[in-house]
Amino acid sequence: MFFPPVFSLRRAPGRAARPAAPFAIAAAVMSAAGPVAAQVFDWVPESRTGGKLLLTGGVSSVEGSGGGGIATWAVTTGYGAEDGVGANLHATYINLPDYEFRSVGAAVGLWDRVEVSIARQEFDTGATGALLGLGKGFTFTQDIVGVKVKVLGDAVYASDSWMPQIAVGAQFKSNDQGAIIAAVGGQDDEGTDVYVAATKLFLGQSLLVSGAVRWTNANQTGLLGYGGDRNDDLEPQFEGSVGYLLSSNLVVGAEYRTKPDNLGFASEDDWVDVYAAYALNKHLSVTAAWADLGSIATFEDQRGLYLSLQVGF
Amino acid sequence: MIRFALVAAFALIAAPVLAQDAAPSAPADVMSTEHPGELAVAPYAQSNAHAGATPFEGTAMYEAFHGEAGVGRIVDGLVARSVADPRISGIFAASDLVRLRRTLKEQFCYILGGGCAYSGRDMAAAHAEMGAQAADMGALVENLQAAMREEGVPFAVQNRFLAKLAPMKPDVVTR
Repeated sequence: MFFPPVFSLRRAPGRAARPAAPFAIAAAVMSAAGPVAAQVFDWVPESRTGGKLLLTGGVSSVEGSGGGGIATWAVTTGYGAEDGVGANLHATYINLPDYEFRSVGAAVGLWDRVEVSIARQEFDTGATGALLGLGKGFTFTQDIVGVKVKVLGDAVYASDSWMPQIAVGAQFKSNDQGAIIAAVGGQDDEGTDVYVAATKLFLGQSLLVSGAVRWTNANQTGLLGYGGDRNDDLEPQFEGSVGYLLSSNLVVGAEYRTKPDNLGFASEDDWVDVYAAYALNKHLSVTAAWADLGSIATFEDQRGLYLSLQVGF
Repeated sequence: MIRFALVAAFALIAAPVLAQDAAPSAPADVMSTEHPGELAVAPYAQSNAHAGATPFEGTAMYEAFHGEAGVGRIVDGLVARSVADPRISGIFAASDLVRLRRTLKEQFCYILGGGCAYSGRDMAAAHAEMGAQAADMGALVENLQAAMREEGVPFAVQNRFLAKLAPMKPDVVTR
């Protein structure tokens, strides 16, 4: 506020454009350095943490993006509101009769607009691996990089309308067992899912409803590769969640997720779970679920406990 | 040229000092005659519509908030928590807390179906100068939740009330 008038004087008609005195040169240097630094920082929006209400950023889904456990929501992860950032780390474990599923990952929410997530999934066949001819303890590993962008709406605050929060996203998935995938009829060891998600908290009813359509050709979300001998195209699949808020830090609900059925050697079932998510505070939450993942690689009735731990802000 | 630069420099240095001398001093606090203990505010038209939400039908919600006494305790608790909350205490520092408590009690009573009239300004006017961010509103809601919890208002009932307040966000959050 002190130096800009020097510029305006210098630009005034009839005045020399050339700074004629050390003072003017010093002033010009200082005033040029200030705005450049200011412009760089102006470009980065203000960033506070912790602006959202408890649990309204959702929890980490098995694919790393913010949502329920097996379904993706339109919310951006973490507790950063429009003026802030949030992030979390998650570790998820599903204990199934014939397999173990593990996922670890990180997600960042930027100004409640963009979410970027990474996740590594391990699908451990344990003793079942020997029965499948893969070897005991054979493990499929899948890496997922996800991006989600909020398009419109406010899931929490727009309680005077039916308009949900809507987001679009993509997940780039890569599986490390290309040879096995090819051997069982899978088409690819890499795949990309795209989705549109709509999430609404009916605040007056303490009820959360979320739905998503995902275009995917992933077998068992990609744990058994992408595409197959039956079908290789991206097909729309549905993911739905309902949740009832029992208190500000406890939500219970159920989820449903349809899946493609691309592989001839093993039919694939829809996934369903009932869950409870408990936030100790804005830095630690636990989600427990009873998940029914149906038939996986010819082993039927894969039902078991889902446990997920999250730390973040 | 050098003389010009020196004159310009002197003018720039002196200008703020001169401007400060010339600036009118802040008006002395004028107390309201209508509401003793409050600062007077510029006149405005009063309307229940300024409460920012339509009231619940019947008195069940007001009763669930334990009537006038309960709403009084909740508003006092909300303001006390917010004044002491490092996230948003700065916003409340310049507020007339006496007037804030009175108008909030009126607003809550009106929306909850308690039959009060709301005499405050509309939400956009009341928040225009605050420069509140989304995170500030989040903090305020958390303080309100805590105050309602302390009063023993059931969680589902709290949410019915919050659903009336939440759409005010665009008027409250101005930056």
